[in-house]
Amino acid sequence: MKTEETELLLVKSSKSAAKEAVIEITDLCKSFGTQEVLKNFSLKLYDGENLVVLGKSGSGKSVLIKCIVGLLRSDSGSIKVFGQDVTSLNMKDLDEVRQKIGFLFQSGALYDSMTVKENLEFPLRRIKTHLKQNEIDAKIKEVLENVGLADALNKMPSQLSGGMRKRISLARTIVVDPGIILYDEPTTGLDPVTSKEISLLINDIQKKYKASSIIITHDIECARITANRLIMLQDGEVYAEGNIAEFEKSTDKVIKAFFI
Amino acid sequence: MKINIPVSKARQLALHHTMKLSESTIAKTAIANNFLTDFADVLLFIHHFMKETFSRKLEIKEFFRQCFAIGYKSLPLISVTGFIMGFVLTIQSRPALVRFGADTLLPGMVAVSLIREMGPVITALICAGKVASGMGAELGSMKVTEQIEAMEVSSTHPMRFLVVTRVWAATFMIPLLILYADGLGIIGSWFGANIKGDVSLVLFFSQAFSHIGFNDLLPAVVKSFFFGAVIGMVGCYKGYNAGRGTESVGKAANSAVVLASLLILIVDMIAVQITDMLPV
Repeated sequence: MKTEETELLLVKSSKSAAKEAVIEITDLCKSFGTQEVLKNFSLKLYDGENLVVLGKSGSGKSVLIKCIVGLLRSDSGSIKVFGQDVTSLNMKDLDEVRQKIGFLFQSGALYDSMTVKENLEFPLRRIKTHLKQNEIDAKIKEVLENVGLADALNKMPSQLSGGMRKRISLARTIVVDPGIILYDEPTTGLDPVTSKEISLLINDIQKKYKASSIIITHDIECARITANRLIMLQDGEVYAEGNIAEFEKSTDKVIKAFFI
Repeated sequence: MKINIPVSKARQLALHHTMKLSESTIAKTAIANNFLTDFADVLLFIHHFMKETFSRKLEIKEFFRQCFAIGYKSLPLISVTGFIMGFVLTIQSRPALVRFGADTLLPGMVAVSLIREMGPVITALICAGKVASGMGAELGSMKVTEQIEAMEVSSTHPMRFLVVTRVWAATFMIPLLILYADGLGIIGSWFGANIKGDVSLVLFFSQAFSHIGFNDLLPAVVKSFFFGAVIGMVGCYKGYNAGRGTESVGKAANSAVVLASLLILIVDMIAVQITDMLPV
């Protein structure tokens, strides 16, 4: 049940509607068997903003971003990415939309059998097919420097620490210059210092690449550092929406439980 | 998508109907349903494999990488297996042939046995253990660690990059490994024959090959391609459809070996029947 205060947060958020929406989700529903994970969920991601989606485990956060890239098919509703409804696209058109989206997986999802260089080359060779080898090498060098791991080029993923794996995954995400980046719990499993470094890196990436981002997290420190706007998911619905200051001032029980 | 209908759900469904069903009937219905969904899954997998094979360009670099992994990296194991096959077959069958004064037929008998049956089946079973389990475990762990999904969001079709390359690499490499094992088996046989006799390698080989005809070699080579396809397909299917937990990786590898071995024997049985019907 939403309180008056959470309703207020929802009203305040409408101010940001002046910017152009790069993702527009309307009445999205997704169920697994009898379990409804997302119920008439609506969201807009505006150009150049970092939107943090907060919520308890199992509240449907990861399902939401997997629906956006078409890894999961929604039951109903529409998901417009740069104006194209991904729920009704064929595989070829969906691939084209996916080329504009970067996805940072919770586990990093680096290819175990490939070196760091091959991991970064993999999406580059498939998406930026016009690039020559020297341009590919230069691009890889640039993104590795941006994530602070220029010397990891020939290492295997098994030789990297958790934080390094996250950084390399982030490098693989940004190597194709995506317009939108989706982060699935970017700081999970990391120590507080490394978590802060990754959160600051997300901000740097936003500034350098001018990408719009959805950051799925339940790490409040990460939300504090990265969020331009936050929404809270509860039982598959938007429970509250606003900026970090509004959330921190809130006296609502559910919100307070997160910000203690 | 796999839908496993538990007995309790099937029971609930049955309660909505006026007809009273016994516990065993409900359980059998659930098993039949699961079998049908599994079967439909297999057909869908084969359909996607065919579609990706013929509608898009082959990932040639990955295909050769898989050929190297399946073919070259299996050579030590297949060398030992092939050699021992020929050696043991010779030691075991020599006394019986000597009893009938037919020991000069030993090279021919061993060669025909190896090329027609023992070489293909035993090599394929060994490869099922090494290659199919490797594919099941590799793809299974890729699924658990979200690497397959990462590939998909990079606009790369995992079915084409991971499955098509592996299945075709296995289909082409397994027959070559089988021919290699056959050759080493004959060398092993020559070693076995020389324990109690003295035969030159050239004479042994010429006697062995004088008994092998086109009808021996061709069906064996043809069925070897099917063995390779079975190994690749089963390994990839089990890995690609593994569950989400780490336990499922072990299960995928294990069930890949069991199913691939079983299918190899079934394919062999069918191939023998077909070969038997061919004119000599």
